[in-house]
Amino acid sequence: MMKFDETVQYAKSHEWARQEGDLIVVGISDYAQDSLGDVVFVELPEVGDSFEQGAAFGVVESVKAASDVYAPVSGEVVEVNEALGDNPGMVNEDPFGSGWLLKLKPTDASQMSALMDSDDYTTYTEGLED
Amino acid sequence: MQTPLFTWHRSHGAKIVPFAGWDMPLHYHTGALSEHHLVRRAAGLFDISHMGRLEFRGADAAGALDYLVTSDILGLSEGLSAYGLLCREDGTTIDDVFVYRFPDRFLVVVNAANRDRDVVWMRDKLADLDGDTQFADRSDELSMIALQGPDALRIADGLSDGAAGRIPRFGCKIISIGGISAICGRTGYTGEDGVELFPEAGDVEPLWNACFEYAEKNSVELGPCGLAARDSLRFEPGFHLYGHELTNDTTPVEARLKWACHFDRSFIGRDAILARSEEGPKRRLATVVMEDRAVPREGYRVLDGQGQPVGEVVSGMYAPTADCYAANIYVEPGLSKVGSTVVIDVRGREKRAKVIKRPLYTPRYKGE
Repeated sequence: MMKFDETVQYAKSHEWARQEGDLIVVGISDYAQDSLGDVVFVELPEVGDSFEQGAAFGVVESVKAASDVYAPVSGEVVEVNEALGDNPGMVNEDPFGSGWLLKLKPTDASQMSALMDSDDYTTYTEGLED
Repeated sequence: MQTPLFTWHRSHGAKIVPFAGWDMPLHYHTGALSEHHLVRRAAGLFDISHMGRLEFRGADAAGALDYLVTSDILGLSEGLSAYGLLCREDGTTIDDVFVYRFPDRFLVVVNAANRDRDVVWMRDKLADLDGDTQFADRSDELSMIALQGPDALRIADGLSDGAAGRIPRFGCKIISIGGISAICGRTGYTGEDGVELFPEAGDVEPLWNACFEYAEKNSVELGPCGLAARDSLRFEPGFHLYGHELTNDTTPVEARLKWACHFDRSFIGRDAILARSEEGPKRRLATVVMEDRAVPREGYRVLDGQGQPVGEVVSGMYAPTADCYAANIYVEPGLSKVGSTVVIDVRGREKRAKVIKRPLYTPRYKGE
């Protein structure tokens, strides 16, 4: 069954954002990893890079395709998940946990509330089914 | 179009994608990587009924095919098969094919995407030849599944009272397997031992199910595999895929397939291929492994050390068994030599790659 973590907020482009203290942890949803298939490479930005909400910050590459990933909120990168270098499959195995992509220091905390909660995101993905 | 196994795929978690006009499984719920490893470790079952199956009969069929196909078909013994190419007069490739010889006929397996034009090409060429050759497209009546992997023969033998295993590598024979009469080729395109089975279309699902039932009863690990695993499994041992390593612009010289050309006799394209070989190709197929971490993908540009474009990626991926990011590229011959360093333009970023000795993975059956 598809998982919809209730502790995170979701963007329409299928990234999730979780508030952890002052920081926002970012990853891709279970729906996104399931659609992509096996992830074989993750390209992440440098610590210190800044992204506006909606800007592409990296690329998640599955067996067959390379997909941009977008910042769910604006902010500065303070940490990236280095473990994905040797084990990109964690994005598939644990998308809301060890498969996180990066941590942002947000510039506008109010952007979080404009994202979808898990109920809204569940409904949103149901509308995308073929 | 859908194969007779489409409903089975759908009900077993396949992600279905369009491929050459067919709705085919890309992978099942365990994912493409695990399917790849399963075939290298144990056994996998592929529905490849989308491929074309063309039948040639008649007293002059061998001679006709020897002229149409680059390889030595007149010299092919009954009960054996051979890889070959269909080329145009100018040496460029129309398709790559497998030719199976039986006492009373030949079966030619062609790529799904090229089936229609292969049929037109062969009909036209046969019309120009005098002689007794009957040609029929049997793709709709016959199906095709591939049982591949180091444990594939345990299943095929168990279902055929050992008949499958008595067929030598590249051999072919009609056998009874799982109570069904089917052509069995000791062939495949994965770099593993195994068989390709051609039952009547109405028999393919019972045969497919019989493989899983036998595997389960006898504790042989077997799973269904989709097109994604089929691609990575053929990529590692260096097998060409039409549309990638072979195209309308490629001759066997650039593609390193002169070994599949029997120059002792005339075939369509022979003189042009020999001339191309003599003058030297302008570009050549090479396999590279990424030195900088990145996934090289089809269509990415290949650059030299000065940033000048020198070629293009035709297949690229994470190679699961070799555990590296690798690509097949066409480059200027000077850069196609083992040890050369090239740069791949990965979405605007320059990533270094090194030309390696092909292939990335050597099939174990080659050591037999």
